[in-house]
Amino acid sequence: MTIRDRTQGHRGQGHAQGHAPWPILVLAAAALAYLAVPFVALLQRAPWSDLGELVGQPVVRDALRLSLTTAFAATGVSLLLGIPLAWALARTRFPGRSAARALVTLPMVLPPVVGGAALLFAFGRRGLLGGPVYDSTGFLLPFSIWGVVAATTFVAMPFLVLTVESGLRAADTRYEDAAATLGASRWMIFWRITVPHATPSIIAGAVLCWARALGEFGATVTFAGNLQGRTQTMPLAVFLALESDRDAAIALSLVLIAVSLAVLLPLRDRWLATPS
Amino acid sequence: MPVVGLLGVGLLAVTACADGDDGPGAGTRTLTVFAAASLTDAFGAVADAFEEANAGVTVELNLAASSTLREQILSGAPADVFASADISDMTRVLDAGLAEGAENFATNEVQIAVPAGNPADVAGLADFADGDLLVGLCAEEAPCGRLGRAVLANAGITPSVDTNEPDARSLLTKIRSGELDAGLVYRTDVLAAGGSVQGIVIPADDNVTATYPIVALGASAHPGAAAAFVDFVLSDEGRDLLAANGFGPP
Repeated sequence: MTIRDRTQGHRGQGHAQGHAPWPILVLAAAALAYLAVPFVALLQRAPWSDLGELVGQPVVRDALRLSLTTAFAATGVSLLLGIPLAWALARTRFPGRSAARALVTLPMVLPPVVGGAALLFAFGRRGLLGGPVYDSTGFLLPFSIWGVVAATTFVAMPFLVLTVESGLRAADTRYEDAAATLGASRWMIFWRITVPHATPSIIAGAVLCWARALGEFGATVTFAGNLQGRTQTMPLAVFLALESDRDAAIALSLVLIAVSLAVLLPLRDRWLATPS
Repeated sequence: MPVVGLLGVGLLAVTACADGDDGPGAGTRTLTVFAAASLTDAFGAVADAFEEANAGVTVELNLAASSTLREQILSGAPADVFASADISDMTRVLDAGLAEGAENFATNEVQIAVPAGNPADVAGLADFADGDLLVGLCAEEAPCGRLGRAVLANAGITPSVDTNEPDARSLLTKIRSGELDAGLVYRTDVLAAGGSVQGIVIPADDNVTATYPIVALGASAHPGAAAAFVDFVLSDEGRDLLAANGFGPP
């Protein structure tokens, strides 16, 4: 607390925030415009008069339901497994830690289609692990909703792990040290101090992870296939619609954008508000 | 897209100055050919032979589902030649006024593809109705998907489909790796997959023929070379290369 108070009282801070140098403003405006123009172009092409009819089709309902379900499921799995992994990477030392961190970034670097193929070789019917599991139980990940969750988790979880890890690294560990001195167990420290302190980065990571999962295409189509109502998520529906009916594809994209904004904006205001 | 075009012209001018001795109209030209994914191997061979016969011309192949290529061309992608696996995709490009005088250059037909050794003992189209088998088709939006569905309809079979793949190659990848028990693809795809996939011939009464049209696009930066490429595909040498890859005559 003392450190934070001192920073806030630092002289000249208000001045620095008030007047940004103009080259920075120009570049910032260019960045914003570069991101905005494609969306403006999309809106300008949108078939507004037929929008209701295009969006009301069963194929859209099915794809939207599947996309939302699997994106939330993938975020849930990523939270469950990713927070412990982020903690291990940030707070513990173990042999091969830098290799582990490199492994976490791999799905972000890899083209998703390659990730999907790798998942198939690992968890497919003839896969390294999937083969024995299928032979003994008949359980199959590909071509099922579980396959979609598996593919999106593979691609999206790294966003959560890396965000939470950097949040944990930046956090002040003295509260944990103090709690340990007072005799708190490591489990209690993790739950009562580490996780609450890391909440902003956990929320930010979960948002990134969810957004990445919602837009996932390559790994999903390669690993889980494409079937309406079972594995066809919104991005797959958009991709296929683009080949037959551009209006429908644009309408689907607008739905996807609207849904992501509806979920992300309130979260952003609630958890990631910029200091006024 | 005009940026790319200008850049191409600029490069052409530079190289033309550099290799001024190659004769009129020579220099390094890159011909961009948009071809249906099912033409991957056949057009690879055709492009090599065409480059050999036309010094200074490099053929660049952009291979994807005909419907994807059609959308790219309609959006102004810099293509010189369009070879489609489906007449309707070609018609859309012609109707948009982007080319004229398309010619049919090859035919293909549908075959059942199963993994090597046919582990699920697939015997014919009737197995596509078996819910216990994992079967795939191409998506309806792709030509192989329309054809596959037409074949099943001819045979009076309602398939129990597990996946509708975006194109024939991705369907074949899942069959090859044994993730699917069977799928409907082009005869040429089965041939191109070599020993990793087996083909089961569909009775002629149920089968459907796909006709492949080709055209030089009006916006081509190298209209002469584009027309020469189309002529080469239609020539005896071109037909032989196509036949070697399993395509029938138009």
